[in-house]
Amino acid sequence: MEHLSLKRRIYDRGLRALLYLCGAITCVLLIFLIAYVFSRGLGGITWELLSTQTSYINDTTGILPNILNTLYIILLAMVIVLPLGVGSAIYLTEYAANRRLVALIEYATETLTGIPSIIFGLVGMLFFGQIFGLQYSLLAGGLTLVVMILPTIVRTTQESLKTVPQSYREGALGLGAGKWRMVRTVVLPNAIDGIVTGCILAIGRIVGESAALLFTAGMGGTLNSFFDALTSSSGTLSVALYLYSGEYADTRVALAIAVILMIITFVINLAAALAGKLLKKKQ
Amino acid sequence: MDAILKTEHLNLWYGDNHALKDVTLEMPEHQVTALIGPSGCGKSTFLKTLDRMNDLIPGVRIEGKVIYRNQNIFDPQVDVTWLRRHVGMVFQKPNPFPMSIYDNIAYGPRTHGIRGKKELDQIVEKSLRGAAIWDEVKDRLKKSALSLSGGQQQRICIARALAVEPDVLLMDEATSALDPISTSKIEDLIADLKKTYTIVIVTHNMQQATRVSDRCAFFLHGELVESGETEQIFSVPKDKRTEDYITGRFG
Repeated sequence: MEHLSLKRRIYDRGLRALLYLCGAITCVLLIFLIAYVFSRGLGGITWELLSTQTSYINDTTGILPNILNTLYIILLAMVIVLPLGVGSAIYLTEYAANRRLVALIEYATETLTGIPSIIFGLVGMLFFGQIFGLQYSLLAGGLTLVVMILPTIVRTTQESLKTVPQSYREGALGLGAGKWRMVRTVVLPNAIDGIVTGCILAIGRIVGESAALLFTAGMGGTLNSFFDALTSSSGTLSVALYLYSGEYADTRVALAIAVILMIITFVINLAAALAGKLLKKKQ
Repeated sequence: MDAILKTEHLNLWYGDNHALKDVTLEMPEHQVTALIGPSGCGKSTFLKTLDRMNDLIPGVRIEGKVIYRNQNIFDPQVDVTWLRRHVGMVFQKPNPFPMSIYDNIAYGPRTHGIRGKKELDQIVEKSLRGAAIWDEVKDRLKKSALSLSGGQQQRICIARALAVEPDVLLMDEATSALDPISTSKIEDLIADLKKTYTIVIVTHNMQQATRVSDRCAFFLHGELVESGETEQIFSVPKDKRTEDYITGRFG
């Protein structure tokens, strides 16, 4: 007995130490990464960087166009993907009668969420850029992102629709409500928190995306209005980060952009958590 | 006696499972008909067929007729929302929507196009009074219906069903999830409601069947074994199987 319990205790302690070590390494890595990027990048953030475009004539280095392009492309992609994704999720969960087909589509969307984004970029370039003749433009990039995040929106929406109790649906139908009225008044309001969370995560993915945008939205850094940007090459922040760290070999600016991106991501995640909590509480 | 609702040779299959076998039953106006029988005998399935709630389940096949006011409800020209407006349903578990008490009751009328606030106010009060819960909730109509107790929630659901002014009220073991006091409140309510409505209930509770129903229908393995006046069923059942069941020998 004594022997066994001793052996067990050593085993137990050893395992616990190992797990602590794993946790510690993760924390250290994360803290190191954040500290490194912030300590080297924070100094690079200047008013000029935030408020001008990069220009040899004016001798300025600025990423305002990239900030705007990021906002534009979020707007464009979300305006298209939201009705499309939520609509098809509603169709799949509430209307579609052929369960086998639905399962197949669900499996396909699941798979699509895991595909490397460079593939979406390649297809987007060939399809939207060349066949549709959109070339390098915000429109081509936005549409590519729509295809890329559509599965995410569909899946998260479906998941949150499925959490709405069946008894609510029965209650509504039992009172003579039509299917659409049931969806609009009983199902959607109870799934909204999940849908919002899905959207915010999708926005996060857009902000961090570079591979799918390099050859679709392009790398342009000219200050444009939304409508001009639609048809011209428009690099987002992540693409600009790629450019500055690679082609322009300007690590200072690249790190400054990295800091901005990290802050944006942090804010988006915070917003997702808050929005989810707030909408849940409202009921 | 006028049968407002009746079935003729009703058969229902869930896939290969023959769940209702040639059921012919009349449910007379302003009476309470209780459907009794052991679990899985088809009584709930039968009830749900009466307002076509089985339409929601994939793989269901139905033959025969359900006739509501001389209209076969499976006729293609019958609008299922019309049917459900006239044949209301109260479910086993209270299922108020996560909205205010007021909005729960107003849901049905709003669905059917009533928008005026004054008119809705009247309907809400009338329905809540009809379900004997007005006095308990009149001061907190804007509160969430989920804040009420189970028994109150079930009466909210009854009020919600009454608000669309149905003819027939179907109740699927509406008291099985409730405590004895709430149950007796709802039983009193049923006795009251049958003056205005025709009621069909499913119950597991034999005492309840004798207390509230005028007629009884005993189901076994999807078959309607016997139906008739409750008093007759419980005193001189014609079928041996009915006798065995009501005396508690099985089920």
